[in-house]
Amino acid sequence: MRAIITVVGHDTVGILAKISALCAQHNVNIIEVTQSILQDMFCMIMLADVSACNVAFTTLADEAKALGEEMNLSVNAMHEDIFNSMHRI
Amino acid sequence: MINTHDILETINMIRQENLDIRTITMGISLLSCADSDIHNSCEKVYEKICRRASRLVETGEQIEKEYGIPIIHKRIAVTPVSMLVAASGGDPVLYAKTLERAARAVGVNFIGGYSALVQKGFAAGDRALIDSIPEALAETEHICSSVNVGSTKAGINMDAVATMGQIVRRAAEATADNGCIGPAKLVVFCNAPEDNPFMAGAFHGAGEPDCVINVGVSGPGVVRAALQKIPHGNITDVADTVKKTAFKITRVGQLVAKEAAKRLGVPFGIVDLSLAPTPAVGDSVAHILEEMGLEQCGAHGTTACLALLNDAVKKGGVMASSHVGGLSGAFIPVSEDAGMIAAAESGTLTIEKLEAMTAVCSVGLDMIIIPGDTTAEVISGIIADEAAIGMVNSKTTAVRVIPAIGKEIGDTLNFGGLLGYGPVMRLNTASPADFIHRGGRIPAPIQSLKN
Repeated sequence: MRAIITVVGHDTVGILAKISALCAQHNVNIIEVTQSILQDMFCMIMLADVSACNVAFTTLADEAKALGEEMNLSVNAMHEDIFNSMHRI
Repeated sequence: MINTHDILETINMIRQENLDIRTITMGISLLSCADSDIHNSCEKVYEKICRRASRLVETGEQIEKEYGIPIIHKRIAVTPVSMLVAASGGDPVLYAKTLERAARAVGVNFIGGYSALVQKGFAAGDRALIDSIPEALAETEHICSSVNVGSTKAGINMDAVATMGQIVRRAAEATADNGCIGPAKLVVFCNAPEDNPFMAGAFHGAGEPDCVINVGVSGPGVVRAALQKIPHGNITDVADTVKKTAFKITRVGQLVAKEAAKRLGVPFGIVDLSLAPTPAVGDSVAHILEEMGLEQCGAHGTTACLALLNDAVKKGGVMASSHVGGLSGAFIPVSEDAGMIAAAESGTLTIEKLEAMTAVCSVGLDMIIIPGDTTAEVISGIIADEAAIGMVNSKTTAVRVIPAIGKEIGDTLNFGGLLGYGPVMRLNTASPADFIHRGGRIPAPIQSLKN
């Protein structure tokens, strides 16, 4: 399955590095990354393949969230299908 | 990949605007548990619920985490218990206690179906069950009860209407030292749907499969936020915006419903497209109506705004789901909606206005706190009026009023949690007693003859 990882918050050094490190640690392959500044907020979106993830996806989601809290950012890892179903017919 | 704007919109809906799946409700048929011995019957009921729903809560929590969408309730609806009482006889409260035990065992927060369908008359088991409702609700915590007293096809059973006025009062008296919580778990219906996933009115109809997953969506906060972006749009724009938003909300409901059904190995039943408010700020149906341009919910114009909202929610949602059912529309429970509470407290929202609103909303007079000295006949009068609106308009209507024992107009009754709180509202106390005591049946309206 594929997941979307979003990171929103104030831009700081090392955001991409830390999230990527978490993914690598769990054998999650990052397929695509986009990042932009929206209304003064840093916003990064990653599409990741989690089918070979070495922990349960729910654990990865929890760890991503906790990592975000450490850096004062909002980090969400969610199944891709919630976005597909809401925005594609 | 989906574009950034769409991804952030979804996340914003969930994190900021209280988008959630309100309930995954598993419908379980108890017809296979019927037994002439009530103790055997209760054991079968307990075993079947525990077997069927053993993984319900865990599966709900798993989906919640994977998809990042909160799923507030995991619940169960069962076959109207009066049907089991018909076979077994005995004290129906035993079934309530069994259901309570099963609810605790599987970890759901409500089981609905302590119910009877008496729109045309009382069958075996119906009277005993109805008479036991106050005791059953007082002695259990997780059981919800409903009684269907009318339908467009059958008319209105006025004997049942008279009885239910007394039952609502007795349910309040039996729980007077517990915030009168009894009647907050009791709904009197006309045209009750058999696949409704929302409490307190959920039950598993006789025409339903053995086990089924129904999902109720929510999201008043999302609709309001969408309308905030078009402060100068005309009413057509308002309706279009509600439709588009309802579509998106419902797609999430459809996704969760299909996923839950697949993981539990149970057929998917329906998605109920309802806007269900909570007392939390930013999760109010009244605030949507106010966003359309009303100073406060209850002002003249409220019924029109609600009609538009209810219709647009259905139109938007119906294409987003393969099967739509339940109540589907906008709920207007007073104590569960911050905007309704404020409007009732200020006196803008009256019970008469609420009655008019029920002609165009998805259910009826819901979670309304009335003076503790209200007579059973006046409550029956309220039920009869609501049932008449439902019967003639071929829609579901319901009454869930709570007589606040020992309290007067202007006092507050607080249930806590999602049931909320609210002021005791003023009622017209002129007596309908002679009408109610006539008994008999209001004949089915001409609208029923569609064949």
